[in-house]
Amino acid sequence: MFVDDAHRQAADLAERMVPPKWSYMEKLWMPIWDTLNIATLGTALAIIMAFPIAFCAARNTTPSKIFVRPIALFIIVSSRSINSLIWALMLVTLIGPGVMAGVIAIGLRSIGFCAKLLYEAIEEIDPSQVEAITATGASGAQKLSYGIVPQILPAFAGISVFRWDINIRESTVLGLVGAGGIGLQLDASISTLAWTQVSMILLVILGTVIVSEWISAKIRHAII
Amino acid sequence: MLRIENLVMQYKTGDQALKNVNLEVPNGQVMALIGPSGAGKSTLIRCVNRLVEPTSGNIHLGGIQLNKLGTRELRKARRRMGMIFQEYALVERLSVMENVLSGRLGYVGFWRSFFRKFPQKDIDEAFRLLERVGLDHMADKRADELSGGQRQRVGICRALIQDPELLLVDEPTASLDPKTSRQIMRLICELCEERHLAAIINIHDVLLAQMFARRIVGLQLGEIVYDGPPDGLTSDVLTQIYGEEDWEATIQKVEEEENGSEEQPAV
Repeated sequence: MFVDDAHRQAADLAERMVPPKWSYMEKLWMPIWDTLNIATLGTALAIIMAFPIAFCAARNTTPSKIFVRPIALFIIVSSRSINSLIWALMLVTLIGPGVMAGVIAIGLRSIGFCAKLLYEAIEEIDPSQVEAITATGASGAQKLSYGIVPQILPAFAGISVFRWDINIRESTVLGLVGAGGIGLQLDASISTLAWTQVSMILLVILGTVIVSEWISAKIRHAII
Repeated sequence: MLRIENLVMQYKTGDQALKNVNLEVPNGQVMALIGPSGAGKSTLIRCVNRLVEPTSGNIHLGGIQLNKLGTRELRKARRRMGMIFQEYALVERLSVMENVLSGRLGYVGFWRSFFRKFPQKDIDEAFRLLERVGLDHMADKRADELSGGQRQRVGICRALIQDPELLLVDEPTASLDPKTSRQIMRLICELCEERHLAAIINIHDVLLAQMFARRIVGLQLGEIVYDGPPDGLTSDVLTQIYGEEDWEATIQKVEEEENGSEEQPAV
């Protein structure tokens, strides 16, 4: 059985991983910067696309419950059901390896998440505030910007930061399939059995995630 | 002048909220609409500015037949009808000033309103109104920082900055304490007098209605059962509107307050 010597293998691997190769850090600054960019730009892309989709999916704002809403819900479900690694795999074959594929993969994956939480927030708004704006003779667009958007803004900001936080973690592995970022180095180091480099990379990822969690907690605290 | 003819409102569930209501409100008249919960008071005023679509009947304001208007004309007509709400219905996360200026949305285009570039005369008018209701120092506060009475004053400013000829007021005091209720009712009536506005004030508090309105209309199960002066509200009439109860205490209390109170109602 393979399990029998698992503890020995683990001890062996751990031994080969320490100490981390600190000097490798100078080659990691650029990839980690790419990873941050993939997460941030991908989140931005997702938010821009999710905003109109959420309004189409919310029962109280959708232009048509019979045609538009099912389409919006379908987009949300399909985006959520495909993992970002799979999106990246497909995009790398479509547009070639690199950061761009990563950004789009993260974006497509996050649309569903953002749109779903956002449309739930839209459905929970206080309708009397919208009614009051309607009663002044406001147009449809004005009702949106004065009656609805102020009510969902905190949720909107919270969702964006939350998703950005998740995307930092997701984008660290995108390089495994060639979609840019620190995952590329991770893949290369594992295949060359450079375990001290692997441990260095894992430390950097850990550090990045801790920092991003701290930032998103700060931002959410400031907004809500 | 507001003229309502044979107004019927039937909800999809089959409930008739309004049964053949006929009502005229002349210019400058402050009218109180009383009745128990579910009598159709809210539905009636919402039919006037068509937040609720009436099933049949006609509603005229000035020379315009409100129930026949298309979307664009309806928006224009709504500018002439200011509305004040029970739970204030301020946009909680906007500032007091933004809430007041939102009363001008029917007059400015989308982008101007989006970038908060309201005409200077609107802003001046907003400050004047806030000063009139005693809230000019609160202009930059967020609406959710205000107390109930203050919020309702902002609601009044939002309705008045529309430059309306008619106020539709839906239970303005239902969430306020008795003293603030009186202050708000007095403010609404004073402002109506100053600006020669007609008003329909939905109110379930008979005392307040009698103190502040010269004309009372009683609604019961979607039908008008009383239309006359406040002192015509006898025990029998109140029983007809609200059902069997001991009304003597209510009527007596009004008389006492009218004689003994140092707050002179601004009727």
